[in-house]
Amino acid sequence: MRAVTTSFPNTAADWQLPSRGKVAMAGLIIAESAIFTIFVVAYLFYLGKSLTGPSPREVLETPIFYTICLLSSSLTIHFAGKFLERDKRGTFLGLWLTTIFLGGLFLYGTGQEWHRLIYEHGLTISTNLFGTTYYSLVGLHAFHVTAGLVMMCIVAAFGLAGRVGADQSRRVDVLSMYWHFVDAVWIVVFTVVYILGR
Amino acid sequence: MQRKQNSIKLSALFILALLFLYMATAAAAALADPSTGITNIFAPASTPAKMVTHLSVFVLAITGIIFVVVFTLLVYSIIKFRGRAVDAGREPAQVYGSTQIELAWTIIPILIVIVLFLATARAIHAVQDAPEPAGAVEVTAIGHQYWWEFRYPKLGVVTANELHIPVSDPANPTPTFLTLLSADTDHSFWIPELAGKTDLIPNHPNEMWMDPLRTGIFLGQCAQYCGVQHAKMLLRVSVDSPADFAAWVRGQQQPAVQDASVATGRRVFESNACMNCHAVGATAANGRFGPDLTHLMSRVTIASGAATNTPENLRLWIQNPDAIKPGALMPAMKLTDSDLDAVVSYMETLR
Amino acid sequence: MSSSAITIPGVQIEEKPWVDSLHEWVTTVDHKRLGVLYILYALLFLVVAGVEALIIRIQLMFPHNHFVSPQVFNRLFTMHGTTMVFFMGMPILFGFANYLVPLMIGARDMAFPRLNAFSFWLSALGGFLLYFSLVGANGLYGAGNAPDVGWWAYAPLTARAFSAGHSTDYWTLALLVSGFGSIGTAINIIATILCMRCPGMNLSRMPLLAWLNLVMSGMVLISISPLTAAQIMLLIDRYLGGHFFDTQAGGSAMLWMHFFWIFGHPEVYILIIPCFAFMSEIIPVFSRKPIFGYPVMVAATICIGFVSMSVWAHHMFSVGMNSYANSFFTITTMAVGVPTGIKIFNWLGTMWGGRIQFKVPMLFSIGFLFQFLIAGLTGVMLGSAAFASQLTLSYFVVAHFHYTLVGGVVFGVFAAIYYWYPKITGRMLNETLGKWHFWLFLIGFHLTFDLMHIPGLLGMPRRIYTYEPGRGWDTLNLLISVGAFIQAIAILMFVANLIISYFKGARAGNDPWDAWTLEWSISSPPPAYNFATVPTVASRRPLWDLKHPEDPDSRYE
Repeated sequence: MRAVTTSFPNTAADWQLPSRGKVAMAGLIIAESAIFTIFVVAYLFYLGKSLTGPSPREVLETPIFYTICLLSSSLTIHFAGKFLERDKRGTFLGLWLTTIFLGGLFLYGTGQEWHRLIYEHGLTISTNLFGTTYYSLVGLHAFHVTAGLVMMCIVAAFGLAGRVGADQSRRVDVLSMYWHFVDAVWIVVFTVVYILGR
Repeated sequence: MQRKQNSIKLSALFILALLFLYMATAAAAALADPSTGITNIFAPASTPAKMVTHLSVFVLAITGIIFVVVFTLLVYSIIKFRGRAVDAGREPAQVYGSTQIELAWTIIPILIVIVLFLATARAIHAVQDAPEPAGAVEVTAIGHQYWWEFRYPKLGVVTANELHIPVSDPANPTPTFLTLLSADTDHSFWIPELAGKTDLIPNHPNEMWMDPLRTGIFLGQCAQYCGVQHAKMLLRVSVDSPADFAAWVRGQQQPAVQDASVATGRRVFESNACMNCHAVGATAANGRFGPDLTHLMSRVTIASGAATNTPENLRLWIQNPDAIKPGALMPAMKLTDSDLDAVVSYMETLR
Repeated sequence: MSSSAITIPGVQIEEKPWVDSLHEWVTTVDHKRLGVLYILYALLFLVVAGVEALIIRIQLMFPHNHFVSPQVFNRLFTMHGTTMVFFMGMPILFGFANYLVPLMIGARDMAFPRLNAFSFWLSALGGFLLYFSLVGANGLYGAGNAPDVGWWAYAPLTARAFSAGHSTDYWTLALLVSGFGSIGTAINIIATILCMRCPGMNLSRMPLLAWLNLVMSGMVLISISPLTAAQIMLLIDRYLGGHFFDTQAGGSAMLWMHFFWIFGHPEVYILIIPCFAFMSEIIPVFSRKPIFGYPVMVAATICIGFVSMSVWAHHMFSVGMNSYANSFFTITTMAVGVPTGIKIFNWLGTMWGGRIQFKVPMLFSIGFLFQFLIAGLTGVMLGSAAFASQLTLSYFVVAHFHYTLVGGVVFGVFAAIYYWYPKITGRMLNETLGKWHFWLFLIGFHLTFDLMHIPGLLGMPRRIYTYEPGRGWDTLNLLISVGAFIQAIAILMFVANLIISYFKGARAGNDPWDAWTLEWSISSPPPAYNFATVPTVASRRPLWDLKHPEDPDSRYE
């Protein structure tokens, strides 16, 4: 929470410091970006180096619809936060649940794609270098989406119980930062895997 | 007060004396042991090693000067500015910094870095990008846990652990260019007096070269931790005169000696698991997992330098490798005594 | 912690049962207690890893020695390195950061006290996991064994084919878990420093210890993650059939090296930067002058933080990178020496013109200066790729990094302990025992690590459980081992000093060293809430201003 501002003699009346929650989430985002960078580097390094097995061009289908779902969820969570600041709890809750739904849809899409890759094309994490790097990169992202969804469900539960109002908007903002980060990572992963990698 | 000053002087002298003692001990210790096994990176016997030594002398000189200057300033400051009893309660002038001094000790180090970098870059390029002349000997070295496989593709020679290369005449150079591969984990080929080390990494072939300028035996060993017996993956390079090298090559190119008197031993060798791992040229044995034994008796040591090549050691090695090199990948063959004797006799004929 | 008890006549004050005290310690979220827990935990592992080192040195005293088997030796050097870096170095420095940062910036606790506790216990779990491998793993060589793949765990030695059983997995999981703890603490330190400073303390008035821990924490965030990523990849290879480092399937052993060293090099700067912080607080106090060139010290540290991210492949000069790559990493490695040298010069400038008091913290600091100078210069030699082709993977490099880690980090930590022990416990450490500790440790250190450069120059590679006689290494190894024992005796004296002084040491009072930063304005030990009223500061040395109202720092900054 913000430091309590009190005026002391000989100091500026307004001793303002950044909010702890946002700084901490920024730190977490930096650390997570570093992990994702390493997986992206591994993916790019191994492009074209698989000795056997299916290649990206042969089996990947660009998931446009589910990407739109995920990126729109950034919009819905943004507006959810804005409404919460004005204590419009009903609208907030509606947008929040929509965000969860869109995120869940994205995960469903990922699951569907993986099912197709495994059962129709025989591509698993142990098939070849492409399989290893693809499933680990997309899987790491999906894991982060899941973690975000879990946290959002907890907030939804509190929201449905009527406990989330304007006073909690700063904390909800911190979670939104995380969700925006997850979406930004997807933009990178999408570009690397489905555009550059083919 | 005078006593305190004296005790400080005495302490300083004591420290200096200790320093000299260390240096003397170190020098004596280094030179105490007999010279045949010494591999000193400052005694290079090959062109790439000499290039590195020339660079190293330059780097040492510059870092040495930096050391002497800063060391002296540090010693001076702790002696000159030590707090004395008379000063108790008074603080010295509170100086916060000086832009000129900061600039000076930023710019000078940057210049030193640039000089050192340029000298190094030249040496890197000279060593790594040297072209291969026509007379070069080509060797493929394959690292294994815990032995070295050497192949001379153009000469049709396959051997293990002990490398023979010709001495090189600067007027008409015959360096040895090695391709470094690995059959399992990472290793590193290091003969300090002949070249800097280069690693053998699976799925990543490396190149290095040696250009020996005098004959002799040069020792080295694996420098990249590769498992249990990394410590005994020794190297022995024999730099031969051109005539000696040619004779060695001819000997290695011969097919395996076929001596009828050791037929029993040969039968034991070929009917046990030996031939799954080992090869003996022009026989049924063509395993690649262990060293090629065709000319085993032309080697001075066995087990990659872990023991000298005597019948007793050979017998012990075959019977129980862990007695010589615990953790080596050769299994104890569990032969009967008579079979063991027969096999050793067979090995003894493989000159 | 003892403090003056108030006796009220007629009232029975009961001693708190030890179970309650233990419970308080285990459930604490107070940054000071967590700091002490981190430090004690690290000191325990210092002794454990020190014993591992002594066994290594006994084995190497003579050629063809049989004190331990090669299997045990390989586990020993793996555990020694892993323990010292992750369960001694990191915890002790996080411990000091935890204890000191809030006090020095005038805060009542860290930004996230519960995250603080969670991070500590995660790190503690990591250490426990690593040592549980001794009974829990089923290593390559028999039941229940510690990892033996070296602390860098190079691929493909860590593949299932070459490391059966679970010893490698314990290495991986222990570091994965403690890595999360490190990231948590780093986030906490950054949030504390940016969000909890007392009024008047803008960033340019913050003590250098806070600045340097800020830079170090930023580096932790960026560089621990590559190790985490690489370890996840290793687990995928070992358990899900992945091929990240599977050279048979086209994978690359070099990729592990790059990922590991992208972590590993910044890691050593993460270890040394807090020690630079200790120097920057201690040397001024015992020279009786402010730190010379505060803004340059901050700039140099930030510079080190950035440049150190670009030097990692100097650990790979022998692996066969092309000449352009080797040249690039040569220049970046030498470049990072410039800001580091600037810091040494600034400490020299601080002592220059001062009135130096040779108390034990200052003795260790002076040792640090000489030793870090030498370590930096051997670092320049190792940074020159062509020269490094001879020096790397030999005992020269072992000598270099022990010079930085023992001569730098350990000496710095000892200085910090002697300096802040009075604040933490309320009692002074014994000065005579301290001087014995210093001189014995100094002599042992130099006997071991000065001489250790020479076998490297004579061709002795590292990580070998024995060596051949007649290579010129015999006498040197014997003397090196003798030095190790002298250091061990010094450590015993140190531990004795810590324990005896806790019960019998002279009372310290608030400010035994006549120092200038905020932690010396409160009692020793501090109360749970640190500051009764949140202080306001107007300069970098608030206590100097209070003690010298006729000539405050605020006039000059």
